Amino acid sequence: MMRFLLLLILPFLFTGLINKTKALVSGRKGASVFQPYFDFIKLLKKGIVISETTSFIFQIAPSINLACMILAGLLLCVFHFEGDFILFAYVLALGKFFTVIGAMDTGSSFEGMGASREVSYTSLVEPAFFIIISSICAIGHVYSFDSLFKILSFNHMTWVLIVILSVVALFLMILVEGSRTPVDDPTTHLELTMIHEVMVLDNSGVDLGFIFYANALKMLIFTTLIASILTPHSLWGYMVVLFIIAVLIGIIESITARLRLTHIIEYTFILITLALMVMALALLTMYETGAKGRKYDYFSNLPCATSPSFSVAKARRLPVAVHLLTSETDTTAKLGKAVFSSYAGVSSGGMI
Amino acid sequence: MYLEIKNNQTVNKADIPIDSFKNIKKDLDFKKMRVVQFFVNPENGKNRLYCVFTGNESTKRLFVVSCYVENSFESITPINLALHLFEREIYENFEIKPIGHPWIKPVRKQDNYEFLKSDDMQTHEVAVGPVHAGIIESGHFRFLCNSERINHLEVQLGYQHRGAEKMLKIAPSIQLAESICGDSTIAYALTFAHAIESLSNIKVDKKSEIIRLIALELERIAIHIGDLGGIAEDIAYKIGSAVFGVTRTLVINTMQEICGNRFGKGLIKIDGVNFDIDTKIGEKILSMLDEVQKRVDKMMKAMNNNTSVLSRLEKTAIVSIKHAKEIGMVGMAARACNVKIDARKFDDENFEILTTGGGDVHSRFYIRYVEIKQSKKIIENLLEKLEGEINLERQFVNLAPNSFVTSITESWRGELAHTVITDEKGNIETYKIKDPSFNNWLGLAIANRNGQISNFPVCNKSFNLSYCGFDL
Repeated sequence: MMRFLLLLILPFLFTGLINKTKALVSGRKGASVFQPYFDFIKLLKKGIVISETTSFIFQIAPSINLACMILAGLLLCVFHFEGDFILFAYVLALGKFFTVIGAMDTGSSFEGMGASREVSYTSLVEPAFFIIISSICAIGHVYSFDSLFKILSFNHMTWVLIVILSVVALFLMILVEGSRTPVDDPTTHLELTMIHEVMVLDNSGVDLGFIFYANALKMLIFTTLIASILTPHSLWGYMVVLFIIAVLIGIIESITARLRLTHIIEYTFILITLALMVMALALLTMYETGAKGRKYDYFSNLPCATSPSFSVAKARRLPVAVHLLTSETDTTAKLGKAVFSSYAGVSSGGMI
Repeated sequence: MYLEIKNNQTVNKADIPIDSFKNIKKDLDFKKMRVVQFFVNPENGKNRLYCVFTGNESTKRLFVVSCYVENSFESITPINLALHLFEREIYENFEIKPIGHPWIKPVRKQDNYEFLKSDDMQTHEVAVGPVHAGIIESGHFRFLCNSERINHLEVQLGYQHRGAEKMLKIAPSIQLAESICGDSTIAYALTFAHAIESLSNIKVDKKSEIIRLIALELERIAIHIGDLGGIAEDIAYKIGSAVFGVTRTLVINTMQEICGNRFGKGLIKIDGVNFDIDTKIGEKILSMLDEVQKRVDKMMKAMNNNTSVLSRLEKTAIVSIKHAKEIGMVGMAARACNVKIDARKFDDENFEILTTGGGDVHSRFYIRYVEIKQSKKIIENLLEKLEGEINLERQFVNLAPNSFVTSITESWRGELAHTVITDEKGNIETYKIKDPSFNNWLGLAIANRNGQISNFPVCNKSFNLSYCGFDL
């Protein structure tokens, strides 16, 4: 619950930190880290201008988007049930859907362009998210966020690999979903190059404030996901992760140029590759767990209607089992090496 | 039959040969000649068409020829594409129709003009401007796109037409001339001053002339650095835009120390300069240039070693050397396509024209760096030659009657030409300005054809063409 409250309060501090980092790196003093809060309050006090060519969709879209983000935050931090991560992903998608049709509603060619870009790039991110989360879930036979964070541990090489790969993938996901450099340039005034900003060109006042808030919240939700994987219990750990990620985004934005639009596809492929590696590691782990006498047991525990709720016992047993197994065979270690070398190849090839 | 003239040389109108239009057309093949000015001047109830042209590359020879035209003439555009705008301008101003011109579109007027359309169902239009975000001047861009690919870009300008040529004709003043195009203040003032001085036979003392050239090169350095920052900004390379922005301030602040204005307004007057550069300011300029060079070197090295930057700049928005010659591009943008055109060659035979090849955004980015280094050397040489006092005495401006002068300056953007014709009383009959943007806007449209629409802003920045210099 505490995390959820922080999630609601901190989004603008997060963007403020990013902006401050960018200013410091480029040798400027920069605005206060609380500046986004002042901007938000200013926008809430302003009136709204609504284009005559729009329908009610345009007016409800920002509010629905914000509501979706808050609901996603609730699902991540407060309410947990089986399959909550599926709802989580689709609630995020619903928010995006409304932003997109709100943009299309204006009939502006700019906003149509932005909508088509946003959909084409973020639709490639969604499968990566599902592959990663469901792979981790499948290893531990858990089906909700809270139990998922519980089973993650650092006591074995495989788990360390899975956690590192997932965190890197989720971090790349923040850059896509939060429309940050190198995927998008949040500070540009050039409509023709924008992805997210161009979709909200016609919004003003409270609606624009909601959009800023929702976008910052979305970045923070993904950051929270990373923090929950790394430090599931400590609030201080959460704050530290948040700080590090904000600074990291700020540094990346300062020292890299934006990708060409045609190269963003390659960027999302890096993300999907990382997700597939997590899946490969998960499959291997499950196979080896099964090999210890219960080879086909795993299939009876597939997530389906007949499966019972998650088993804590199994979740606890798992790392021990993996440890026992890999002391006899070094397959996992080999695989880990292969995974890293192929990742390095893909990323250097893709970025260039 | 044509008359060879020098840059800033006053000739009698009667000395300019009157040829038949057919002969002129024969001379103006783009493979041999490049047009500098092509305009109509009504004289004694008849329309006299003047044409100033020069050799194709790295030449210092200028020629002028004229002929009388009636209601129409045979268009030269089909054999020399560079003339398409000049002919359209003549049609717009005098209703003299260029017969056979492929695209008689208004140059600066907008009324009742319909943009090019496509019947293809997959093609959609994107309209940008004339009101833009930020401090961009007003101009309209109409893209015909197939999703992200640009099939065609049409540029429509004229939103800032202030009648500058007419105002200069009625009330010529240096204050007016230097306000036409804010980023080429020195170049405009200098070209105006050269033309008027030549017409009234005013000799400028040597030191003033050197100070003018120093100011011109300082302007080039300042704007080039600003553009490097602009390109970095447009590809979201924040650190580059910050560093170049700060460095540019050093240069324009030095300009302020010289003349009290960061863009050099009020520095140049008709018979010299208003402000002296003494040894103290001279040393300041030198140390500033060293500092600037150091910073620009460092940032350029960082950007040229950054793959994400190079991936955005290289092979983006290419103008081939063939196209650049065909459409008559001039100045820095042409030199980025390996075309050796530089108006500084007119005044200094030993001037070395530097080029970069490729014609993409990166070569336009890199040519600026090359020229900054070159300008720094030029300024250092000029500062060594500074000696004596400037002449602050005012000389009487008395324009020679029935005369013709063409004054050409290499502004940072390219070749800026002013042509002044006087009537029998010594009043200005026609004041004709040709900004380098006039030649290069078509280059921007060509560069973006079949390119990505998201690359248009950085390409536009790499050309950084003038809207107000075109609209006049």
